[in-house]
Amino acid sequence: MSEPPALVGAPGLAAAVSPRELLIQAAYLAASVLFILGLKSLTKPDSARRGMQQAALGMLLAIVGTLFHHQIVEYHWIVAGLVIGGVIGWPLGTRVPMTAMPQRIALSHMFGATAASLVGVAEYYTAYRPLADGTLPGVDPARMAALGFEVLFGSLTVTGSLMAAGKLQELLPGQPITFRGQNVFNVAVFALAIGLFLFLIAFPASAAAFYTMIGLALVIGVSMVLPIGAADMPVVVSLLNSYAGLAAAATGFAIGNNVLIICGALDGGSGFLLSMLMCKAMNRSFANVLFGAFGTPQAASARSATGLVAKSISAEDAAIQLAYARKVIVVPGYGMAVAQSQHQVRELAELIERRGGEVKYAIHPVAGRMPGHMNVLLAEANVPYDRLYDMEEINQEFANTDVAVVIGANDVVNPAARNDPSSPIYGMPILNVDQARSIIVMKRSMNPGFAGIENELFYDPKTRMLFGDAKASLTKLVTEVKAL
Amino acid sequence: MLEIVEIYVFVLAGFVGYQVITRVPPLLHTPLMSATNAMSAISLVGSLVVAGSGHGTVASVLGCVAVACAMTNVVGGFIITDRMLKMFRRAAAPPPAGAAPAAPRKDNE
Repeated sequence: MSEPPALVGAPGLAAAVSPRELLIQAAYLAASVLFILGLKSLTKPDSARRGMQQAALGMLLAIVGTLFHHQIVEYHWIVAGLVIGGVIGWPLGTRVPMTAMPQRIALSHMFGATAASLVGVAEYYTAYRPLADGTLPGVDPARMAALGFEVLFGSLTVTGSLMAAGKLQELLPGQPITFRGQNVFNVAVFALAIGLFLFLIAFPASAAAFYTMIGLALVIGVSMVLPIGAADMPVVVSLLNSYAGLAAAATGFAIGNNVLIICGALDGGSGFLLSMLMCKAMNRSFANVLFGAFGTPQAASARSATGLVAKSISAEDAAIQLAYARKVIVVPGYGMAVAQSQHQVRELAELIERRGGEVKYAIHPVAGRMPGHMNVLLAEANVPYDRLYDMEEINQEFANTDVAVVIGANDVVNPAARNDPSSPIYGMPILNVDQARSIIVMKRSMNPGFAGIENELFYDPKTRMLFGDAKASLTKLVTEVKAL
Repeated sequence: MLEIVEIYVFVLAGFVGYQVITRVPPLLHTPLMSATNAMSAISLVGSLVVAGSGHGTVASVLGCVAVACAMTNVVGGFIITDRMLKMFRRAAAPPPAGAAPAAPRKDNE
């Protein structure tokens, strides 16, 4: 199964193959194998780094091989592009902080999709440009279908990813943006784009239809992400990942290149799989995430918090509770990322461990703004990965935990998901924080979370609220525990 | 241009990808995403041919921008994936005396 049949389909192999072409295909085959091995290495944290370095080598082979392609007759545009890309890519790789990873990834989907779309446009443009003898090469319907998919998926990913990155970077409002007749508008634009696509397969020469279709796809990207709230971005970013992959695969079909088809399929599959996992972790369907405009009808929630009082705790008391706990579970959420407090979390955990306690981290699949976001942040803060536990692995341990510390997480620990059928998050699998013997919740204020849902965990008799910026609170806790 | 064998390649690669990717633990989902993103920048291969084939200035400029975008993801994507994976490490020392021994971690098999 790890044998990608790349060489089999290499165009022109049946005819006489020049040694140069053979060499290029060999480089592509090697790249494909190294990519799949690289992905396989990601199943184990210890082998992952080396595997990915080998994948990077595969990429280098493919690039160098391509430079010898017989169609390449001039190099100055290539060199210019490579240099510009290198100059932009270097800081994006080395400088971007781990907390900004979700928007960084969204941006990279934009770059990938832009590349695919532009190749599609250039292929189409070139095909309808008269040759020296006055003839038009044109494209046949099958190739038009591939080009159509390429620019459709590519263009909507470009604007969709820009919107997602804007929301994640908080350049755009995080709330869902809706307007009257939105669904009708979206369906109309989508139908029109599909219509043009079908028309183009029948009449590929219609350049106006081709470029209008691209314009519509760009509009779809914007209008698709507009009504989705920032908290649902994990699904959107994964889905855009999938679209970017499919655009790359379509490029492969359009230019008859197997290594592109293979990588596109891997990328598309992985993005799709991740978005399915995210939806499952929120107990919501794709349709609900994409068209639900989550977070609007909050007034209807059956249980409101009126009359309930949350009890707060001072850092001194919280420190005493933690210092003498034998078993502590930390539940990080987006609030930890916002406050950039992962280093303080690790410091506090080390102090507790030095005093003989045990500290584990419970990671909900949708904690943060992208799949695996919390794991990366904690790893960055030097938390060993064998202390990070997935929801299923750790959920039964809360019952015999002395203190559960919730840092900037809200919906993923809300018992309403279990108890309150009228809650919008009812049915979503949650971390069983409410089963711990005592609970400390670090939160800025009593404002309800992003989705605007009241969290009865905060009013639980076992819960104490430690108000304030998570970083400041944790720093205080560290000082207090040290002083004990 | 579009050949049936390419459909085979697409379907089989999708199948292999599905089998491999379902085994990637949630721990590494962010690196997985940045890794697949870096790999799909292989579309650079297509951009290079467009940028270098001399089909007129429009095509060359489009190709050049495409090369720049794809190269951004190649360089940025592999570097940041490596930067992330470098951070994942096991506990250096066993938990200090007095602590309950850490339960052996099942390694998502």
